[in-house]
Parts: sequence; C-alpha cells; structure tokens
Amino acid sequence: MGKAPKKRSLADKVRKTKTTSEIKNNPFEVKINRKKFDVLGRKSKHDVGLPGVSRSKAVNKRKETLLKEYKQKNRCSKFIDRRFGEYDTKMAPEDKILQRFTMERQRVHEKKDVYNLNEEEELTHYGQSLAEMEKFNDVVNSDDESEEKGLLSAELTASHFGGGGGLLRKKALGEEEEGGQRAKSRQELIEELIQKSKQEKRERQVQREEAQELTEKLDQDWKNIQSLMVKKTPKADKQEEKPKLEEYDMMVRELGFEMKAQPSEKMKTPEELAKEEREKLQKLEADRLRRMMGEEVVEGAQSQIHFSADDLNDGFVLDKHDKKTLAYQEGSGEDDGHSDLESEQESENEEEEEASPKPKKTLSKEEVKAQQEAAKAELPYTFAAPESYNDLKDMLRGHTSDNQRLIVARTQKSNHPSLAVGNKLKLQKLFGFLLEYIGELATRSPPELSTIDKLIPEVYALCQMFPDAACKAMQSILGDAAHSMEETLEVKGHAAFPTLDMLIYLKVTALLFPTSDFRHPVTTPALLFISQALTKCPVRSLQDLTSGLVLCSLGVEYVSFSKRFLPELINFLVGTLHLAVQDKASLGYIVVPPFRASGKYSDLLVLSSSESCRSWSKKSLPLSATQQLDLENNPDRDTHRLTCLSTCLDLVKRCCLLYKDLPSFTHIFQPIRTLLSKHLSTQTLPLQELSSEIVEAISSMPVTQSALVFDKRKPIPLKLLTPKIVEVLDYGKKRGSTREEREKERLKHKYKREFKGALREIRKDSRFLAREKLNEVMNRDAERKRKVKELMGSLATQEGEWKSLKRKKK
Amino acid sequence: MAPAKKRNVSSVKTAEKSAKKAKVDLSKTVERILESRKHANDVFDILESLQAEQEKEVISAVAACSELFCALLERKELFLGKLPGEEDALSGGYSAEDKYRIFMRHRYTSCVEILLEHLSHEQYDIKESAMCCLMKFAAGEGLHPLEDLDWSEHYSFPRELIQALVDNLLSKATDNSLLISRFQEFLEMEDVRYYVMSSIRDNVGKVMDKSKGAVVPVYQNNVFTLMSSISMPNQESELTNFMVKQEGFLNAIRSSATQEHKRVFERMWLGFLKYKLPNSMYKKVLVILHDSILPYMSKPTLMIDFLTAAYEIGGAISLLALNGLFVLIHQHNLDYPDFYKKLYNLLEPSVFHVKYRARFFHLANVFLSSSHLPVYLVAAFAKRLARLALTAPPTALLIVLPFIYNLIRRHPSCRVLIHKPSAEDEPFEDPYLTDEEDPAQCRALESSLWEIKSLQKHYHPDVAKAALLINTPLSEQEDDISETLEVTTYELMEKDLKQPEIKSVPLEFETATRLLKGGGDVLGQHFCLA
Repeated sequence: MGKAPKKRSLADKVRKTKTTSEIKNNPFEVKINRKKFDVLGRKSKHDVGLPGVSRSKAVNKRKETLLKEYKQKNRCSKFIDRRFGEYDTKMAPEDKILQRFTMERQRVHEKKDVYNLNEEEELTHYGQSLAEMEKFNDVVNSDDESEEKGLLSAELTASHFGGGGGLLRKKALGEEEEGGQRAKSRQELIEELIQKSKQEKRERQVQREEAQELTEKLDQDWKNIQSLMVKKTPKADKQEEKPKLEEYDMMVRELGFEMKAQPSEKMKTPEELAKEEREKLQKLEADRLRRMMGEEVVEGAQSQIHFSADDLNDGFVLDKHDKKTLAYQEGSGEDDGHSDLESEQESENEEEEEASPKPKKTLSKEEVKAQQEAAKAELPYTFAAPESYNDLKDMLRGHTSDNQRLIVARTQKSNHPSLAVGNKLKLQKLFGFLLEYIGELATRSPPELSTIDKLIPEVYALCQMFPDAACKAMQSILGDAAHSMEETLEVKGHAAFPTLDMLIYLKVTALLFPTSDFRHPVTTPALLFISQALTKCPVRSLQDLTSGLVLCSLGVEYVSFSKRFLPELINFLVGTLHLAVQDKASLGYIVVPPFRASGKYSDLLVLSSSESCRSWSKKSLPLSATQQLDLENNPDRDTHRLTCLSTCLDLVKRCCLLYKDLPSFTHIFQPIRTLLSKHLSTQTLPLQELSSEIVEAISSMPVTQSALVFDKRKPIPLKLLTPKIVEVLDYGKKRGSTREEREKERLKHKYKREFKGALREIRKDSRFLAREKLNEVMNRDAERKRKVKELMGSLATQEGEWKSLKRKKK
Repeated sequence: MAPAKKRNVSSVKTAEKSAKKAKVDLSKTVERILESRKHANDVFDILESLQAEQEKEVISAVAACSELFCALLERKELFLGKLPGEEDALSGGYSAEDKYRIFMRHRYTSCVEILLEHLSHEQYDIKESAMCCLMKFAAGEGLHPLEDLDWSEHYSFPRELIQALVDNLLSKATDNSLLISRFQEFLEMEDVRYYVMSSIRDNVGKVMDKSKGAVVPVYQNNVFTLMSSISMPNQESELTNFMVKQEGFLNAIRSSATQEHKRVFERMWLGFLKYKLPNSMYKKVLVILHDSILPYMSKPTLMIDFLTAAYEIGGAISLLALNGLFVLIHQHNLDYPDFYKKLYNLLEPSVFHVKYRARFFHLANVFLSSSHLPVYLVAAFAKRLARLALTAPPTALLIVLPFIYNLIRRHPSCRVLIHKPSAEDEPFEDPYLTDEEDPAQCRALESSLWEIKSLQKHYHPDVAKAALLINTPLSEQEDDISETLEVTTYELMEKDLKQPEIKSVPLEFETATRLLKGGGDVLGQHFCLA
C-alpha cells in the first residue's frame, strides 16, 4: 500500500515535466477506447483516453480542494491571503507590482471626495501653480482698470497673458531667490503684492487729482474764450483730448462686451399665441372702454415725455407726435388678419378721424360725445362665452351679419381652450348654440340666409376644434328631426317636407363632415334622412316640389364624390318629371311613391300656357321658395315650373354621369328615358336640349352585360406529404412514446448517469482522503522512529562516553 | 254594472260643483216622488230638465232619472205587460194603483226615448251618461222584467231596449267611435254581447238594404268600430260575466253557448261584409281578419268570397287579403288557382312603400318556403324582387336582399342567377321580360341579378355590405328575415347615431367658406340665398 502511491507520485512528477504532445505520443500513456462498430458520420471525442493525465489532474484538484478542507477541519479560524496574484505563478512579478499599485490608488481615490483635486497634486500651467495665479488675479482685479492708460504693468500682462508673464516673473523670482534667500513663502509674496498695488493706487489718485484740477482750470479758461469762438463743437475737442486707446485694448474690451450667444425668443406655442391674442383683444377692449368713458388717451400720453434709450438728448424731435406708435392702432392693424376687413377698416378710419383733430388739444363737448358714440357703435373686442342659447341671441341681436361673424370669431378667440379650464366646454356649447341660431335664422321669415352664409367659416372653425362635440350636436339635430318625422309617419302615414332650417342643417353637415365615407356617424344618418324625406313626403304644392329639389341637389352633392347609388333620388326625379306630363294615360313607366300616377296633385308642373316658355330664362331659385311661394298669376307660376323642370333635368343629367358605371344603368334610367322621349317632347328650347342630351346619354350606354359569376377564389392547395419530423433524443430507445414520456425517460437516464458519476467521485474522494490519512500516520510514525532513534543514539553515545571515562579511570 | 255606476256617480259629482242647486232640487224631487205618490207629477220637472240646453243640467237630470226609475223598477211600481194608452188607462177600469203604474210606465218610456235621442247629442258627456243610464235600465229590466212572463219562461232580456240602443249607436251621420269604445265595457258581458251582435246584424241588414248597396262610410265605420270592439271568448268556461241571470241565458239559447256565440258572430260579419265597402274599410277589416275574425267563425270558409274579391282589387288590399287567404289555404284546405301567378303580379314598386310591407314579406316568405316550387317560379320571383329593389328604400332593401338569398339557398338550381360561369365571357342583353305577367314566360332563369351588383354601390353601408354577399358563394345557413321586417328608417339611423364611442370623427378637410359652396356646387348652381 505504501509503495504504490510513491510510484504514482513519481510518475506524476515525471509527467509534469513532459509536454502534452509528448504524453500523447507516448503509447504507454494512451488508452484506446475500442469501438464496437463504426457509425458513419459520428465523431467520437473519447476514442483516445489519457488515464494518467486525467488521474493526476484529479489528484491535483483534490489536493487543492478536498485536502484543504480536510486540513481546515475542526478549526475555527482560517487565514485568507488576499494579496493580489500571490498564488498566481503565471504573472510576472513586475505586473504584480503594477497591479497592486493601481489597486491601491483606486482604493484611495474612491474613498476621498470625488470633486476634490488631490491636494498634493498641484495643477500647473508652465510650471506655475494655477491656484497661485488665481490669487494674483484677484489682486489685479481690485485695481481700478479705467485709470490705467496704456501702461503695461506686470499685472496687466499677467492678466492678458496668463501664465506667460507668470512664467517670466517666476523665473525672475527664481533668480532673485537664487540670489537671495531661498523661496519666499506664499504669504509673504501676497503681502508684498498688496503693498505694491496700494502704493500704485495712491500714486494714481494723486495723479488724477492733479489732472482734475488742471481740467477745471482749462474749463474755466475755455469758458472765457468760448464766446470768442463761433462754431466749434465741444465734443470734437473732447475727443481729441482723450488719449488714443490702444487698438489691442479696445479690441479686448469690445470682445468683453460682445454679445454672447443669447437665447433668442422661443417659438410661441399655440396657447401662448392664443393668450397673446386674447391679451391684445383685452387691451383693445380696455382702450375702447376708456374712450367710451370720454377720457383722452393721447392727452395723457403727451403729458409725460418719454425718452428713448437712443436719445441723443440734443433736443431733436422727429415730429410732433407720431401716432403710429400708439398701441391701439398697432393692435387693430394686426387684428385684420383674423377678422373681417371691411369693418376693421371702418374702425381704422374712425380712428384716423378721431386722431386727426388731436392738435387742437382740447375737444369740444360735442366732439367728446361723438367719440363716445363711435366707441359704443364699435364692437367690443372680448366677449364672454354665452352660457345659454338666449345669451348668444342677445349678443348677436341687432348686429349686421358681418358684425355677427366678428362677434362669434372674437368670442371664440377670447375663450380659447388653452386660456382657461372651462373654455373648452364653453366653446363646445357655443357650437351647439350656433347651430341652433342658424336654425332659427332659417326659420325666420324671410330667412336670413346671408347671415348664415357669413357664419359658416366660424362654425367650420369650431367644428375643427371640437370634432366630437360637433358630431354630437349634429347627431342630436338629425336624430330629433328624424324622430319627429318617424312619429308623424306612424300616425299619418306621410309627413311634410323638412323645413328650411333642416335643409340648411343638411347642407352644413355636408360642409363640416366628409360625405364620401363609407360609414360616418353624421353623414350616413343625414343621407338616410334625405332618402326618408324623398320617399315619405308627398308633393302637394310647388313649395314642396322646391324642397324636394333642394333635397335632391343635396343628395347629388352627398354622393357626387363617392358615386353611391341613391335610388330615392332617381325615384323623386322621375316623379317630378311625371308631374309635368300632360296626358297621364298610357304611361310606359311606373311612378314610385310618394308620387302617384294620377291624382289631385299630379299636374303640378303642367304649364298653363305654352307661351310662357318663350319668355322664360333660367334663374336660380331662392331657397326661401321652399317655405313660402306667392305666385298669383299663371305666367309667374309657369316660370317657376320651368325653373323647377330645368333644375330637375340638370340633376337627372348629373345622375346619368354619376351612375354610368352601374350594371343596371339602363334599367334604372328606363323610366326617365321613356318619360323624356315619349311624354315630354314638346318643351322650350333649353329644356329640349337638356332632355335630348339626357336621352342620348342613356341610350348610348351599353345594354349588354356579362353574366354574374362569383369572385375567383384562390385554389385550395394540394395536401403536401412532408415527413413528420421527430426530435431524436436517445438512440435505440422507444421512439413511439409521447414527447413527455421521452423527456421523462431522458431525464431518468441523465439522473442515473449523474448519480453513478457522483458515487464514483465520492468513492475516489474517500480513497484520496484515506490515503492522505495514512500518509499522515506514516509520516508521524517515521518521525517518531527517527526521534526515538536519535534519542537512543544520543543515549548510546552518552553511555559509551560514560563507559570510556570509567574505563580511563580504571 | 259596478263601474258604470261609479262612473255615473263621478259624472254627477263633476256637475255638482257648478249646478249644485239644480242638482239638489232634482235629487230632492226624486226623493219626494219616491216618498209618496202625491208628488208623482214632479216627474215632469225631471223630464223637462232632461231636455234642457245646459250640459250640466242634462247630466244631473240623467242621473236623477236613472235613480228614480231604477228604484221604481225595483219596487215594481211600473206597469207590467202590454201597456195601454194613456187615455185608455184613464177611462179604463183600472185601479188607482194600476193607473199610477201606467202613468209611471209612460213616463219611463218617454224618458227612454229622450235618452235614446241624447245618444246622438253633440256633447260627448251627455251621450255617455245617457248610454250608461240606458244600460242601467237594461240591467234593471233584465232583473225585473216589464213583460208578463209565462210561468214556463223565466228568462227575459230587454232586447228591444238593446236594439234601440244599438240602432242609435250606429249613427249614419256622426262618428261614434269614442262612445263605442266606452260601450266596449258592456260588451264584456256575455248576454249583452250576444244580443248586441244580433241587433247589429238586424240593423246592418235594414240600413244597407235601404241604401241599396251604396257605400255609407260613416255608418260603416261605426259598425266596424262596434264589431271590432267585440272580443270573443275563447272557451266555454270563460262565460261567467252576465248582466242578467246566467242560467236563464244559457237556457234561452238552448245549445252550447260558445257555438251559439260563434254562429251569431259569423252571421254578423258576413252580414256586414256582403255589402260593398269603401277601400279604407277593406284595409281595416283585412288587417284584423286573420286574428280576430277568422278564428271565431264556425265556418271560416264562408269568408272565401270576400277574400277573393279583396284579392282581386289589387294594391295594398290584395296584400292584406293574402293573410286571410293564407289562413284558409293553410288550415282549411282551400285550393286557390294561379295563386303564385297572382302573388307574382302583386310585386310592384309600391310593395316597398306601403305600411303592410312587413306583413307582406312575412307571408311571401312563408309561401315561397315550400321546396316543391318549380325553379322557374322561384327565379322569376327573385329576379322580379331584384328589379324592384332598384327603387326601394334602404329599410326594404335590408329585407329584400336576404329574402332573395334565401330563395336561392332553398333552390340551389337558382344559383345560376348569381353564378353563371358558362356564359361568363360574352356579354348579352338582360333577357328578363319585366312586363310579362306569367312567371313561367318571363325568362328569369336566363338572366343574372345585375341589380344586386348595382346595389353594391348603394349609399347605405349595411345595404352595400348585404349586396356584396353575391360575390362569393352563399353560406348554407338561411338568413332570418323576421328581425329586419319591422326595422324603420329611424332605427337604422340610430345605429349610427347611438354608436357608443367613436374614436375620432373624421372631418371635412376642405375649408368651408360659403353656405352653398362645396360638394360639386350643385345646390349653388340652382339655388340662391334669398
């Protein structure tokens, strides 16, 4: 037992000295793992093993870990050597030292304040301490700079050249010091400097006093002579008097005063703009109010004389009074961009008129009164947002349409949502009120449509600001109208045509919201409403017919972009044309409700006399004709009829163009074609032309179509027979089992292997430990044996000596 | 009975406030008369105020009358049996007691006469109170018959009174629908209903014979209102509510009460319908025919003449007659020649616009659900409906499109209408003959449903989406059209209006400057602001 480890250790020692290649090439070191059979393409890592190498590796590892632990067993304290790279044999000693040094430095550095420069490390510039320089600077700055004129003092150069001068001086100092006593302390240096500067200052003061006296004297003299001189500005003299500054100094100062890159005014955000706008309006309002009270604004401004920063103070004034600088006019000029030109110009003119008599200084009483009146007539610049519909009405009452628009615009501006929290809600309400107002304007008799026209841009602007609220408001209007119509329909089976306000609302809807959307929360219901009105409202008078035609026009406008099919539109146009047919017998077409083939109101558009055709010329129908139409005599009525007819024909023409792509075009327009070609052939010239155009357009369309087929679908792809790919985890094991089972199997296998490996390791560990213990015991025994031997030897020699002595004695 | 009384009391109460005095007087008079026969002559005062001008006075007089005569009826102080003339009574050898009774009976008759006259008064309140009072008298007479009864006949119903009441209700001049609806509560009672029905029949016969078959709109309207307010009992067990004794009534009609009711009901309606009716009346009758008339007739097939006549009229009336015909065909084995041809010809543009659209399509759906229909017929219907869809409003389109799809689904051989791959390449003219009346001759199968293709460009998103379905093979599942049948335009609109939360509303980006600008300027070209 004792022998084997010795051998092994010897072998290890031998192995250690050899390189790996040597070992690998040594056939006695190599163990070849024989393969039972070759598997093509499989690369095995373990075809060759180096048992000796791996054993020595394992032993070494154990020595480092297990042996250490064993030795530390039953010991409470332990010694850890943390010296950097102490046990690293690969490191060069120089590297070790360097590393240790840097680590040391880092440790020190971290501990101290990061912002403190190292005290022992002085920053220098050309060898001069910067700290020192700073101190010198202070001394220099304390001097009155303006006093020194052109003299190149040491301090000055120091300030100008920084280290350069310092360097020179230091050298000089050094020389001095070399000459005299070595190294004055800093304290002394400073004191010396202070003294020096004080002395200089005193000198300068004395000089200045002298100069002052001199100048005073000179002035006195000058005054005495001045009367003798006729023209000579004192300024020129003064300038000459001044000693010429050195160019360089001037430049330095200039550079000192030069504008640094200053932050420019930032771009204004919309909120700021709105705020400014409101402030402007508020200012204008305040101004207006003051003038209304009769105060003379300009008077006050005149009394206090204002000097500008650039004033030369030479008594020169450009003009008496420049009106242009007055704030008010500036404001009104700028305001133009947003509001109506005309009224603004008016107000400006007014302003000019007001301003022109100013030189008179005091206004007569009448004039003051007139001014007040004018101010009253002028619109206020800020408006509180109306809280209710009646507020809005009160606000707008009695104003011209232009002014009403202005008022709304200003209300909107002075209540911009970014100015206050509640403004958003206020403006949203304002939109609703405006819509209501528009409706009311339309229901007045006569309807004030031009005012509505003027208000449209404001409504549009508000709508752009609050799309959701606008949508809600419009929806509620449409919903209410549709609901009431539905109710009357349920009771009576038919309803009256929508009133003018509803027509206007429908038009406004088209202006505010896109009509071409496939589905839109506002325009889709609006279109439905139009179609509902066109199908359910019987035509009983020329007013009704006009309303119907307005609705038709709206319908055409709604679908003009999207070219959607609106059957009710065609139905209504056919019905309208049918109204103009004289002989209602033998019709070749069918009239769709609300029209009837014959009845009380089916002759509405039949002309009373054919003569009226000749004098007729096309004119626009007034929108108010939908509400009331008073045509007493037959010629008037005929004119209206003809206008309606021409409108109708034009709409038909537009429809022809819109729907020419529909597959059923011919069937849709069949009744119109029959009507125009067979029943309505004798009409006036322009209508004749129009109708023949339409008939031509209809008949020119192709009648033939290809049969319907379903859309071609993508062919369904064939079934592909790709192999099923299964991940192979363990060869030679059951592969049919499920994934989970395979996984479980794999894990079990792995566990088993690991377990065996661990067992083996533990065994090896215990074997190693036992060996170590044995070694220990043997070493101890050998020691003891040696000591005993030694003792015995010494005893023997003692004994021997003693015996020899005894023998000698004898 | 009870509610009538209450009503009476309340109406008296209202009168009380203004005409307190008259009322107090009248009630005192009534008390006096009832107290002693000395004051019998005061009854004339009451009758006089019954004919007064003022509404309040009349109403209180009516109340007084009803109190007085009901009391008298109860006390049997009215003369029973055949009433002798007033002079005869005076001269004849009657006892004083009898004389008094005869006198009172005469006053009673004149009171009834006045009340009947009041039924055609202008004031509704008077009409109503008069009617209620008369019904009270009727109840009183039923309990205490004024006739001399045979010992065998224990039952008597005041038929004459009811007959007179009905005659007056069915006025030829004024529309009595309000009064009739008030009268409806009395019709709850089995015996009253029974006798009212027979009186109606008699009355209609009399009046219509007099007018020689000409239309009498107001009268017919009244008759219809009265007849339609009759609600028939469903089962015999329900016959519990009687004005007069129950057993007596059941004995009187001598057979199953329900059967008898049905017979009378049927006779009444047939009697009414055999005369010429105004068109609106046809519609009204046809609307209620299938669920409140036909089920209560003992022989519904008797209605066939009326229904065929109505079906021949055309338009909305034909649509409505369809319903009755359907019941007859379906439940009573009626054979109707050329039914589908007629149905086909009913399809006109107006079908989509009439009030009874939902009912029509419901029935058409039922008629065309048979899988034994020939393909040409189904194709003709589909093509015809598609053609008509070109003029239909969106609500109708949402019915028609699924309807057509259902037809094609039920009859797969109709698929050529939307899928004809054989003739894909060469374009041809639509061979469908619109004006052909015979669905067999209209060549619908050779055509395609281009109309639906056109509707894919319809302005309403739902319609356009529905029309898009023909681009792909239809699904197997049939669409349920019953949900869309009753959808109104407003409901369709609400779908967009009531959308919960729209993310962001798209806006018109073109800045609006003028009212008449924009959208191609169509409005601006023809109209001006004025």
